[in-house]
Amino acid sequence: MKTYIRSTANISPQATFNTPMFLGEVTEYHDNRLTCIEPDYNEIISPKLNRRMSRLIKMSAASALTCLKKAGITSPDAIITGTAYGCLEDTGTFLTNLIEQNEEPLSPTAFVQSTHNTAGAQIALLIKCNYYNNTFASGGASFENTLLDAMMFLAEKKQTANVLVGGMDEITDASHTILSRAGLYKRNPVSNVSLFNTSSKGTVNGEGAAFFLLTNTPSENNLAYIEAVTTFYKPADIAETAEQIECFLSEQSLNASDIDLLVMGNNGDAKQDKIYTQLQQVLFDEVAAVKYKNLCGEYPTSTAFAMWMATNIINTNSIPAMLYHSGNVNEKINRVLIYNHYQNIYHSLILVSAC
Amino acid sequence: MGAIVFVAGAGAITGIGNNVPECLAALTEGKTGIDSIKYLPTNHRGSLPACEVKLSNGELAAMSGFLPSASRNAMLSAVAAKEALDDSDIKSIPGLRIGFVSATTVGGMDKTEKFVADFLPDHTKGRLRDLIYHECGNITAMVAEKLCIKSYVSTISTACSSSANAIMYGARLIKHNVLDAVIAGGTDALTKFTLNGFNTLMILDEQYCQPFDENRRGLNLGEGAAYVVLVSERVAFLLKTPPYCSITGYCNVNDAYHQTASSPEGNGPYWAMTGALEMGGLQPSDIGYINLHGTGTQNNDSSEGMAIQRLFHPNYPKLSSTKSFTGHTLGASAGVEAVFSALAIKRGIVYPNLRLQTPMEEFSFVPETGFSKYPGLKHVMSNSVGFGGNCSSLIFSKI
Amino acid sequence: MDKLIADLKVQIATQLKIKNVKPEDIGDDEPLFGVGLGFDSLDVLELIVLLRQKYKLKVSNAEDGQKVFRSVKSIAEYITANQVQNT
Repeated sequence: MKTYIRSTANISPQATFNTPMFLGEVTEYHDNRLTCIEPDYNEIISPKLNRRMSRLIKMSAASALTCLKKAGITSPDAIITGTAYGCLEDTGTFLTNLIEQNEEPLSPTAFVQSTHNTAGAQIALLIKCNYYNNTFASGGASFENTLLDAMMFLAEKKQTANVLVGGMDEITDASHTILSRAGLYKRNPVSNVSLFNTSSKGTVNGEGAAFFLLTNTPSENNLAYIEAVTTFYKPADIAETAEQIECFLSEQSLNASDIDLLVMGNNGDAKQDKIYTQLQQVLFDEVAAVKYKNLCGEYPTSTAFAMWMATNIINTNSIPAMLYHSGNVNEKINRVLIYNHYQNIYHSLILVSAC
Repeated sequence: MGAIVFVAGAGAITGIGNNVPECLAALTEGKTGIDSIKYLPTNHRGSLPACEVKLSNGELAAMSGFLPSASRNAMLSAVAAKEALDDSDIKSIPGLRIGFVSATTVGGMDKTEKFVADFLPDHTKGRLRDLIYHECGNITAMVAEKLCIKSYVSTISTACSSSANAIMYGARLIKHNVLDAVIAGGTDALTKFTLNGFNTLMILDEQYCQPFDENRRGLNLGEGAAYVVLVSERVAFLLKTPPYCSITGYCNVNDAYHQTASSPEGNGPYWAMTGALEMGGLQPSDIGYINLHGTGTQNNDSSEGMAIQRLFHPNYPKLSSTKSFTGHTLGASAGVEAVFSALAIKRGIVYPNLRLQTPMEEFSFVPETGFSKYPGLKHVMSNSVGFGGNCSSLIFSKI
Repeated sequence: MDKLIADLKVQIATQLKIKNVKPEDIGDDEPLFGVGLGFDSLDVLELIVLLRQKYKLKVSNAEDGQKVFRSVKSIAEYITANQVQNT
């Protein structure tokens, strides 16, 4: 039983939400911080309901509702979300109040909305979905865990079933300051457009909320399907990484040459990006490859953006001109392998294929 | 796909005991762990009781292998997870695919609170090293490394139902033959963040909580960690010690009524319990004991009670809330109660609902007021209800 | 009382993040809960915090809050009555 992608919606630092063209022009940023281009939420969620929602929740709810609308589904059989940082804004607000007001009195809304499951819960509340609802907070594997849970859930159902999955993380002023202090970003800010032309330490910060309506039922309306997903943790060296990838492919009775396009998680950090170069040489010499973090920045659930991109590439059978890519692309793009690592700690593989 | 998953090991550290035997002794003797706050540096000491683990961070560090400067939450998790792993003896079987699914709501918030206090007045201040514990996933990853588990390490965070969903996800991974064994459960240390958060919701009891009492005033927070080791049927046969029990049913639903309140009709808990029974092919009359979510708040106990009345009236199983012993351990609570439920099945015992003076007038059932033996106990149900409407129910069954 | 009511409207709009209605357009007697502005139990708690922070008044439980916070006018009356007691 396959896991099909029926629809997808993505709020990101690019014009990816409700735009007719798939990645038409790159939106440029110059300050190490790629922040989402947000819609008018009042058009999607009633002001009475969205007034309390933090930015991350609004982004997630808008993306989720739009994804459902595109699929023509009012209520899925499950909602599964993945977020590494959770609701940073509300967590920060409550913590700040706690410390500045010396433990009294404090805003209950910020506390209630600080839990990681707030996005999934708010979506359920908006559409009155009483079914399975789960949230993963597994760092750089959060989004991949949602996919695995969804795939197992769908495989258990004897009839048609749908699962709404999403990956989301946000930047706040505080989190950006802290992660900058930790040395994650470029010392001298670069334009995201030339992120991969620089060979220096550091990357750029990013955020996003991407949702997918997954189904176990074939249909000509399906955009693609997820063949397999896996994650692995802190591989010892490049040999172990290559072995994991080969193992993953052989479990699907595939090898590297069966991949039509490789989507790589290069983030502009010279040391971290070496892994991708080495893997291309060792395994994917002949395979066309694209990168995506110049568009969305680096954050733990960026593979949700990558999967949105892969889905659209397969569905349109084209690679947008603005994508940085190498190698010759096959006439028919059947199989796209997303390989990403987050700080060389969380590594993930998502194989998305044409129906 | 395999049909049944077994509980082969258990580990727990709570305010009533530093390991499973100590917790069991306290449950048997009716000894609550709720007390005035001694370890958490908070302005609410003396006014709000809680159920802290009776160990300092230094003592927990020695037990867990973490440095004393690490997050208390990581230490609790490591202690309980190791006890569960050792108890199951799965490491004696070579070649097993083992995963770790842990749940938490606070992550390393205890360390983050310290960082933010320095960071707020001056953004160049605050020890960045304190923040390595912040993310929920980092706590899990650090503990997984201590257990030498590298693959299938996941963190679930769905407020107070977190551990139940971790156990369900673990069971699913085994049933789909992705893994042979999973250490599943959760952890949450007491923090100023959660203490003040619940205080601002006005649902904390300034006295010792009285779950399912007509005059209940709210909940007491607790802290702890607890894990069960889930194994497939094949692995269960290979182990020297018989498993505690099997998990025959589970269900996760969303009440979708309000962010913080459950529906008055108890829809969420009702659907969760019904779904778990359906999965196990069981009838309400098969359940011998329910370990209630029973926090002691007006809303939860009314809502959960209504759900129980709808499903079980007029033939009620025995019921009790062990939060009257441990307080509400948030992300760990379903894990703690899973361990207690597994023990209940294994030993044929039922725990009391402490401090019950006046049963709730709206219901015709009365929770247990004393510890008792129940040799014929075949199925135990454990309920969890969380913020955001996340409701889960697990069924543990005699083999 | 009029100034208090006007101030309260601004404070309530800020604390409860109301964006679709201007503070001055909130009716003095307009029901805050159910219909009207559609506040809920979480908003009761926010209003309790507001009263404590701005007016140093304590509402000891959420059920009392439901009665006090019927409308902006009822809140103003509560403040006036209890602040007199405090002085």
